[in-house]
Amino acid sequence: MHLKRDSKLRLATIGGVFALSNPAYAEYGLNLVEPASELTANVFDLHMLTTKLAFYITVVVTVFVAFILVRYRRSSGAEADQEMHTNKFGVYSWLLVPLIVLGIDLSLVGPANDTLKQVEQHVDAELTVKVTGSQWKWTYDYLDNGVRVVSNLQEHEADEVGYLRSVDNHFVLPVDTNIRFLHTATDVLHAWWVPAIAIKKDSIPGYIHETSTRVTKEGTYYGQCAENCGKGHAYMPIVVDVISKEKFSEWVVARTADANAAAAEASADKVWSKEDLMARGEELYVKNCAACHQVNGAGLPPVFPALKGSAIALGAVAEHLDVVIKGKAGTAMAAWGAQLNDLEVAAIVTYERNAWGNDAGDLVQPADVKSAR
Amino acid sequence: MSDAITHEAHHHGPPTGAKRWLYSTNHKDIGTMYLIFALIMLFIGGAMAMVIRAELWMPGLQLVQPDFFNNLVTNHALIMVFAVVMPAGVGLANWMIPLMIGAPDMAMPRMNNMSFWLLPPAACMLILSMIVPFFGGGQTVNTGWTLYPPLSIQSGMGMDLLIFTIHILGVSSIMGSINIITTIINMRAPGMTMMKLPMFVWSWFYTALLLIVVMPIFAGGVTMLLFDRHFGTSFFDAAGGGDPVLFQHIFWFFGHPEVYVLLLPSIGVLGMVIPTFARKPLFGYKSLVYGMAALYGLGLIVWAHHQYTIGMSIETTTYFMIGTILISIPVGLMIFNFIFTLWRGSITFETPMLFALGIIVMFSFAGTTGVMLAVVPADLQYHDTYFVVAHFHYALIPGSLFGLYAAVFFWLPKWTGHMYNERLGKIFFWWTTIGFNLTFFPQHFSGLAGMPRRIVDYNMIFTEFNVMSSVGAFIFGLSHLLFLYIIIKTIKGGEKATDEVWEGSSIGCAGLEWTVPSPPPFHTFETAPQVK
Ligand code: HEC
Ligand code: HEM
Ligand SMILES: [Cu+2]
Ligand SMILES: [Cu+2]
Repeated sequence: MHLKRDSKLRLATIGGVFALSNPAYAEYGLNLVEPASELTANVFDLHMLTTKLAFYITVVVTVFVAFILVRYRRSSGAEADQEMHTNKFGVYSWLLVPLIVLGIDLSLVGPANDTLKQVEQHVDAELTVKVTGSQWKWTYDYLDNGVRVVSNLQEHEADEVGYLRSVDNHFVLPVDTNIRFLHTATDVLHAWWVPAIAIKKDSIPGYIHETSTRVTKEGTYYGQCAENCGKGHAYMPIVVDVISKEKFSEWVVARTADANAAAAEASADKVWSKEDLMARGEELYVKNCAACHQVNGAGLPPVFPALKGSAIALGAVAEHLDVVIKGKAGTAMAAWGAQLNDLEVAAIVTYERNAWGNDAGDLVQPADVKSAR
Repeated sequence: MSDAITHEAHHHGPPTGAKRWLYSTNHKDIGTMYLIFALIMLFIGGAMAMVIRAELWMPGLQLVQPDFFNNLVTNHALIMVFAVVMPAGVGLANWMIPLMIGAPDMAMPRMNNMSFWLLPPAACMLILSMIVPFFGGGQTVNTGWTLYPPLSIQSGMGMDLLIFTIHILGVSSIMGSINIITTIINMRAPGMTMMKLPMFVWSWFYTALLLIVVMPIFAGGVTMLLFDRHFGTSFFDAAGGGDPVLFQHIFWFFGHPEVYVLLLPSIGVLGMVIPTFARKPLFGYKSLVYGMAALYGLGLIVWAHHQYTIGMSIETTTYFMIGTILISIPVGLMIFNFIFTLWRGSITFETPMLFALGIIVMFSFAGTTGVMLAVVPADLQYHDTYFVVAHFHYALIPGSLFGLYAAVFFWLPKWTGHMYNERLGKIFFWWTTIGFNLTFFPQHFSGLAGMPRRIVDYNMIFTEFNVMSSVGAFIFGLSHLLFLYIIIKTIKGGEKATDEVWEGSSIGCAGLEWTVPSPPPFHTFETAPQVK
């Protein structure tokens, strides 16, 4: 038996050497990700406590069993004691176990409870962000200032550092600020998890869950969706830039200006040319729709229908708009009306009706979308 | 075959041909069929694990598409749980319980036949559920074995097949459980009082009671899912006033006790194997019997420790945390009793004993990572990562699978009348144990480093541990060919086994199985033996 423990330790050492010898993988440790907030630091300490306990118990059990096996092996001439279970120890020793184990348990429950209270504590938030999981991207709504960041996977090759760890738009947070996250989802379960800065709570459609944190170190932190959400579960990473408060204010101002410009652009009165709509539509389509309907519009039947040649994409505009804006309940087709503005919907729908050989020929303008909502 | 011969055969030996198996009401034959079924499914479920591990060998998509990958994860787990460990446990119960308690057969032999023959069609449907998506059956069942909605609502026809599979399996295990409980209560030989029952029989008594309590709830839960999918209800759909989290509660109200269903029979096996090879009566028999009762009770009321992240109130969470941590008491008691059975024994290291000793150490380790997971704030980091995958494989593979292996080596001589090759048995033990640890120990680290479970692909920072894991998995998988070889070789021939088989087999609360010949005749205990 002791051999087996040895082999485990050796394995751990090999793992350690592996991890440390390659600088590119330096952040890859043997332990929980290094905490960057008070909360995760406390959780980390609790984790170290339980880990130590687990380690000691395993070692004690293993060593004790190994000792018995050597001491009482028959080949050493050991004779079995047939009456041991009837003597005093045999009859009353069961009482020992609850006492010892309860002792160990109680030593855990105290610290666990304290940390749990911290996790659930609701401090006055200086910044509240609604974090929405959708198949397969994250949307961050800064409720205090109306900024929205939509974060999609950025493609990389499997041998690049950024593979499955990069997104197009980073989530930006200020350092040393009480932040409250509100977690929800639009379609299926997701879980927003960035181990260095916050614990996870599930994002559940129809629920809003709260977590909070106060990040103490500037830097870039990584995470990913932790609750299985289907085909793209491995493909919804999270990248958080934690920056100084001043820089954050500047960032908010810049984002607000961008958002205002976009809103003005999308305002219903403007009539757009086909080229403009198609160009925007293609970009938006690839970003938002191609995961399921594929870049070439062929879809992945029978689950994800082709839009190329689809009766809806070539049929009445009203129906096409209806599917895109309201989605299809019970399927992976989400209600995009909530996530895209009038101009964006108009561009995508126009694109779908006129790309890949689709020849509906008509244009959809933001005004059409507005009245269809 | 004429009726007259069948009638004759009934008294003197088994009928021959397919009818012997199809119409069998003999506990030994049915037990054998359960065990063979489980062995076949072990290879299927294991092959799926091999594909999963091959895909996870390196970053990037190599072998399978994401949807199919998670379908493999789902069906691997369902097969291992419902088509390997549970049937193997029932097979052992069928073979051994009547022999141990001196009963001529199970209490309800015809129902016994039906419980078994429901399994092959269920297994076919289970496998079919993976195949239909390739033929226009819609989205794969990419949910994992927990089948959480809303994702399971998005799945295609495979999900419906799975729901019906679960119904059939549920009927089968409830019938099996009723049979086992009735047998234990009513069919004991005179003098075989409850407090003289071999530990294996006790373990199945609790297991069967658990199954009867939780299986109907799971069946109800998946039926609600079926209604949500096809009949316009919205039990689990927030948009219709339902609650996706409700399904999680239903699932885990079944799912946590299910873990004990998988574990307890193996604990029972340890209660037979360890005294035999320590040549010393089981230490703490009574406390084991009552400890299992405590485990039964606690096991039913701690389910939500699988759902700490769903946002329960702090009071509820604390309750589930404390309940869960308390489980370490009965489990600790079991380990304690097994260790003190070894103490002052006269120990030899035959293959079943090696497995038993391996279980004590590795399962204790799983117990300690279990306590880590029970501590809520820490679990909010571990949840849904490979740390959990490592933990439950340490619990399930030593805790149930190795217990079954110990049982196979322990009773194979009794079943076949031949001793297995001890040297090969020992090689198999070391081979699997090394392979297993190499597979799952590194996963603790990939989990801590932040690798979520049920992902088809990962960033290269997770590469090293995944490579180790995959290498280990192939070593582990391959070892099972040796297992198969040993079993076949033993069935075909080998050194003759005595009635007692093992020198220490009749020490302590042993069963009556060692009083009948090896292999036992087709009918045993036609007149009840008297137990002193
Ligand atoms: C998560 C996968 C997914 C994404 C992303 C997605 N869709 Fe869909 N879409 C579906 C599914 C599934 C259906 C089929 C729904 C049904 O069963 O009726 C569908 C159906 C449609 C249809 C109707 C097609 C037909 O012939 O029935 C249109 C139009 C459509 N989607 C447009 C879009 C647009 C535009 C976007 C991007 C803004 C988009 N979809 C993004 C999954 C997706
Ligand atoms: C042959 C040895 C085995 C190997 C290599 C293996 C490997 C795996 C892998 C790689 C996963 C997927 C983890 C993920 O991506 O989330 C998994 C999941 C699982 N396995 Fe195993 N496994 C083995 C044996 C078993 C056994 C014997 C059981 C049960 C008794 C079991 C029960 C499960 C369960 C319950 C899951 C969870 C599936 C889910 O996430 O829904 N496995 N296994
Ligand atoms: Cu997700
Ligand atoms: Cu549990």
